[in-house]
Amino acid sequence: MLIVNDEPLEYNAGMTVADILKKRNYIWRMLAVFVNGTFVPRGTYDKAPVPDGAEVKVIHQIAGG
Amino acid sequence: MSATYDYKVRTNYTEDVPRLRAAHRILAEFPFTPSLPEKGYTNRTLSIDLDTMTIREKAVTKEMVDIFTGGRGFGLYYLWHATTAQTKWNDPDNEIIICPGPLAGNTQYAGSGKSIVVTISPQTDLPIDCNVGGYFGPLVKFCGFDAVEIRGKAKSETIVVIDGPRGIIRFEEAEEETPDSHIAGEIFTHMYAEDQKDRQNVAVVSAGKAAESAYMGCLNFSWYDPKRAAVRLKQAGRGGTGTVFRDKKLKALVVRGFKMKADLNRAADFPITVQVGKKINKEIHDHDDEQCRMRRQGTAHLVETMDAYDLLPVRNFQYGKHADTPKIDSHVWDKRFTQGIPDHCWYGCGMGCSKGADGHHVRTGPYKGHIVTVDGPEYENAAGLGSNCGLFDPDWMLEVNFYCDTYGIDTISYGTSCAFVMECYERGILNKERTGGVELTWGNGEAEVELLHHMWRGEGFGVTVGKGVRYMQNLFIKNGWGDPQLVRDIGMHVKGLEISQYMSKESLAQQGGYAMANKGPQHDEAWLIFMDMVNNQIPTFEDKAEALYYFPLFRTWFSLQGLCKLPWNDIEPPDNHEKYPGPEAAKVPEHVDNYLALYTGITGKPLDRMSLIDQSARVYNFQRVFNIRRGSGLREHDMPPYRAMGPVTKEEYESRADRYDKQLQEIVGVDPAGKTTEEKMKLHREWRMDRYNKLLDAVYKRRGWTPGGVPTLERLKNLGIDFPEVVELVTPLLQQSAR
Repeated sequence: MLIVNDEPLEYNAGMTVADILKKRNYIWRMLAVFVNGTFVPRGTYDKAPVPDGAEVKVIHQIAGG
Repeated sequence: MSATYDYKVRTNYTEDVPRLRAAHRILAEFPFTPSLPEKGYTNRTLSIDLDTMTIREKAVTKEMVDIFTGGRGFGLYYLWHATTAQTKWNDPDNEIIICPGPLAGNTQYAGSGKSIVVTISPQTDLPIDCNVGGYFGPLVKFCGFDAVEIRGKAKSETIVVIDGPRGIIRFEEAEEETPDSHIAGEIFTHMYAEDQKDRQNVAVVSAGKAAESAYMGCLNFSWYDPKRAAVRLKQAGRGGTGTVFRDKKLKALVVRGFKMKADLNRAADFPITVQVGKKINKEIHDHDDEQCRMRRQGTAHLVETMDAYDLLPVRNFQYGKHADTPKIDSHVWDKRFTQGIPDHCWYGCGMGCSKGADGHHVRTGPYKGHIVTVDGPEYENAAGLGSNCGLFDPDWMLEVNFYCDTYGIDTISYGTSCAFVMECYERGILNKERTGGVELTWGNGEAEVELLHHMWRGEGFGVTVGKGVRYMQNLFIKNGWGDPQLVRDIGMHVKGLEISQYMSKESLAQQGGYAMANKGPQHDEAWLIFMDMVNNQIPTFEDKAEALYYFPLFRTWFSLQGLCKLPWNDIEPPDNHEKYPGPEAAKVPEHVDNYLALYTGITGKPLDRMSLIDQSARVYNFQRVFNIRRGSGLREHDMPPYRAMGPVTKEEYESRADRYDKQLQEIVGVDPAGKTTEEKMKLHREWRMDRYNKLLDAVYKRRGWTPGGVPTLERLKNLGIDFPEVVELVTPLLQQSAR
């Protein structure tokens, strides 16, 4: 199990950051992703593995309004 | 359809200008001495009296600058002194005040050409403030005025012309021209410019004819777009500014200013302003394409994002997404907007997000067959006139958008009002007999535009719609149309102003952001949905209260200075979130520092992050007291309609049943199994109302207000706004609260 933005998400073996974004339908272009507090550079999401039990923060840099 | 037309082709309205000008009658004329600002301030304002057809110059006092700063602050200061608690929106004493702010008109920093409009709103009966682009504010400032204050009512159709190069202010009777802004803007620009080059030095404020019958009339602020050879429009949209304008029989307010130069503000330290200006414009140039794409799509880029996150209002805020959204998302607008030409609404703005859909062939109404440029649609228009009314046809959306603008109707209030009557129609609260034959089914674009034509003609059901949701709720309930509770729950307004186009049901912080906003529920005061609902960065009441303390105050600052909010956070340094982890990044600290440098560079006064917030807090709290003076600034006035807080109908609940059942189980502590939808909805309502009240408690405490929502004397004293009349006003409420 993962914790993504403080909500549980089922873990699948070999999961990457890109898989998490897809599962959560996080389509926004400007994201800042932290896995267990470590920043994951944009452009590496499909190669960035996420370990089971990780705490993932996906911060949407979106201003709106 | 793609943008294959010639973007310079449009219907010409200027052939008759010489005759129209000859038909004007000069009512009064006054000389004035133009002057440039010194460090951002001209230190005088212009007062126009339409009753007496006179003008007066007023000195800007030290108190005005120290306490109220400029922009919205000056507007509220003048309005406070011009009106009493009893002044109605259509009394001659109600003023329209237009203030550019001390940083307005610089051409170095992106988004620096804003005017702020303040008046008593016909919709809310409270002060409304609108932040609007176009050239009027900066041009009038460089003629020598930090604000233009308009009181009284003209006896006949009048235009007021402020001609800087000639040093003349003139009142002219102008009976023949239409007030409709796409024509009025063109005609008056051509009429008062000396030649083609001079057109960029002319700006026109106008409101179309529908603003005469509607309460939601907006003001159009023009600028001349030399590439298109066309007059463009931006709107002071919210609250009925255009209604007040037309009630004063003002057809147009025209300024003819001087040719723009880089440092007309006569900045204290001009090189600093150049330095930070270069920095932000480079950032926009380098990163906009990978970030918000404001230069190509404006705010329309938000449509598909809001849909993906269940936040796009659909069918009067019932749902947050729709299968047809791709028909109206940014990919469509990217093609409709003419690309590759500058679209800034003030000089020097690298963001240039005032997109224009050229070549629209008008389908209906008095301008049927004309070819026009439609400004936008921005996100609010796409969502409000489109998805929220169940409309997913870009051609009809452009038609409605065009008529809203030229008729002088606020697209946000209109979208939300139209969505309300469509839902009432679909639920049988309204029918053809009650709407005068208009079939208000979801997605009926022709009906949407027909209601606007009603307003323009001043007859038909559209006139009722133009009075807004609160007016209609009262009318429907009085007439016995529909269940009163349902009519109240689905009428999306707070304080009489319609909610703008974001779904707040699942974001408690956004509910507060909307409902606590001084002017009514407008997103420019607080937009916390992603921080709250998606990023989950502000989980506790105290976290939300801190966000609802800081962000409304920070955003207020733009309206004090004459700045646009968009370059603050619709572009960000690429490493912003790495450098500033957690909620701090949402403040975009590097950009805050840019603004501090810009402020000091122009005014010569030091400013730090804390004192920036204090500048805003003085005006913000004063506005809260102003609301209290007008009888609507207390806790009970900060309540959203239930649809903004949770599911009103079974269909809404069932569309998100998993989420809602889970909340009952995990947060409320009730097992939803075996319960009917109605029972679960009741439990949700109790929980959601309770948490909203807890949010109010936390926010009021953080703001230094009582649980009743009144700023304490201590807070007012700390801010330096404990004026005798303010203290006299709040003291009985504070004593009541203490008991």
